[in-house]
Amino acid sequence: MSPLDDNQAAARTASGNGIRHDLKLVAEMVEPGSRVLDVGCGDGALLAYLSRRKGVDGRGIELSMDGVHQCVAQGLSVIQGDAEADLKDYPAGAFDYVILSQTLQAMREPRTVLETMTRIGRRAIVSVPNFGYWRIRLQLLLSGRMPVTETLGYQWWETPNIHFCTIKDFVVLTEDMGIRIERCMIVDRKGRVTGHAHSGLANLLGEQGVFLLRRD
Amino acid sequence: MSAPNPAAAVPAEPATLPGLRVTLGVDRPMRLDSGAELGPFEVAYQTYGTLNADRSNAILICHALTGDHYVLDPHPVTGKPGWWEMLVGPGKPVDTDRYFVICSNVIGGCMGSTGPKETDPATGKPYGLGFPVITIGDMVRAQKLLVEHLGIDQLFCVIGGSMGGMQVLQWAVAYPESVFAAVPIATAARHSAQNIAFHEVGRQAIMADPDWAGGNYLLEGTRPHRGLAVARMAAHITYLSEPALHRKFGRNLQNRQSVTYGFDADFQVESYLRHQGITFVERFDANSYLYITRAMDYFDLAADYGGGTLSNAFRKDGKGTPVRFCLASFSSDWLFPTSESRAIVHALNAVAANVSFVEIRTDKGHDSFLLDEPEFHQVIRGFLEGCAEHRGLTRAPTP
Repeated sequence: MSPLDDNQAAARTASGNGIRHDLKLVAEMVEPGSRVLDVGCGDGALLAYLSRRKGVDGRGIELSMDGVHQCVAQGLSVIQGDAEADLKDYPAGAFDYVILSQTLQAMREPRTVLETMTRIGRRAIVSVPNFGYWRIRLQLLLSGRMPVTETLGYQWWETPNIHFCTIKDFVVLTEDMGIRIERCMIVDRKGRVTGHAHSGLANLLGEQGVFLLRRD
Repeated sequence: MSAPNPAAAVPAEPATLPGLRVTLGVDRPMRLDSGAELGPFEVAYQTYGTLNADRSNAILICHALTGDHYVLDPHPVTGKPGWWEMLVGPGKPVDTDRYFVICSNVIGGCMGSTGPKETDPATGKPYGLGFPVITIGDMVRAQKLLVEHLGIDQLFCVIGGSMGGMQVLQWAVAYPESVFAAVPIATAARHSAQNIAFHEVGRQAIMADPDWAGGNYLLEGTRPHRGLAVARMAAHITYLSEPALHRKFGRNLQNRQSVTYGFDADFQVESYLRHQGITFVERFDANSYLYITRAMDYFDLAADYGGGTLSNAFRKDGKGTPVRFCLASFSSDWLFPTSESRAIVHALNAVAANVSFVEIRTDKGHDSFLLDEPEFHQVIRGFLEGCAEHRGLTRAPTP
């Protein structure tokens, strides 16, 4: 299994009953009955949740074979593929939401992926880990080594996360691309939603951000 | 059929083949892609399970090049078990307790449907090369008539591997309103140059056999067994994979301690291939082999329906196909490699179709779709269950 498969598998394993907390936040942003594409859908936890709870017409793309098998075997419409190669085929506005959870930083060209997502989806929902989180800053400052945290548990030489950004970086990129942040949730370590995307405090206290995006 | 020459080892085919049979194209003949007309013609088929009250639980299975409609029955000539017993049957992924399963022998075939070995009513003699060249589209046209004959407006699912997968794609493109779900397995939207090349080798082997007699072997009382066996041997290699062949045979010798410095079957793999060739000729007609391989060669959905662009074939009246797709490929299949399935997936994505796609990891090559591949079977089961839910099919079959 490649590190990326590992990353996604770990990221998508449902915790306890129901789905992972950050996926719930993502799900909150989705209107019932909409058409959804989940990019990097893992074992299909979010798609299954969305189709059960919100009656969405859901599709998925997943890189790992195991993930795809699990998804299709439970009746979800999922293709085995690579987001960067396979997203571009979809027509503009094919979906109401295109979701990318905890994976943007592992893309070769995150900007292109964001561009494609906001083209093929009327809206995009992106969650990103915040490299400006205070614990990460502190680790780098004090140890002088690349941070390894609970949620980002890789050594620098094995990490699939090749394009880290801070929440501030992400906001700047969206502005640069003419993408509007319609809604955002900055989540701290205990899953509490804090701050506002543009505040310095959010960039310090938030462990990750969930953004609802729309091309102007 | 003319009186066979006793010297030629003519297979002992049962006088009447088991299964169902219907005469179609009676009122008006079926127009073929070539422009020729066929009719009336016979279609031999089998059904399993029960059609529900609203006729919504029918699954059509499309067989591969040398397959037939004996999905679950022992083969009438070889006595071997049905060719898709792994996947189809009570409680199996294609559950005959739940679905009404139909499979017909393709036209041009040799197991009861009208093909080159059947008698041409116009001449009273076997068609031979007088049989019109048929296409995958023609095969499916005949299946559509059969399905209509059975009173079914919309098939719940059309499923098949290899050439069967081509028919599935053809169904979805030609009759999207008549197909709820489509499962094309280990197939392609067009036959590749390499695959046409392999087919040509097979056809040349048949036609180079003097016993082929210009296609008139039935009248001459001969059978081009040597040519057909060679065609099968060459083709059979393409159904396997290098690792599977190596695992099975390696360089092992056949019942001997050392090589014989001759041209006997020294190696087990040679002996195996010869066996494949010899047993094949017992059950298959050489002219059918020519016709059906030709049909596959001609298959090109993008050219026929999309003006050269495959995604256009899946578009109708500006809208993407309503058919739900599940594609499966096998990692070691080099005859219909994953890239072929992926090209179809990309075309379906381009019209935002509902599609699932899985590549199954296996070293068993193209034939994997016929073998015990639990992951593959799970995927088919899950996909069908998901579709049944969307289609509103209840679990218990309606009596």
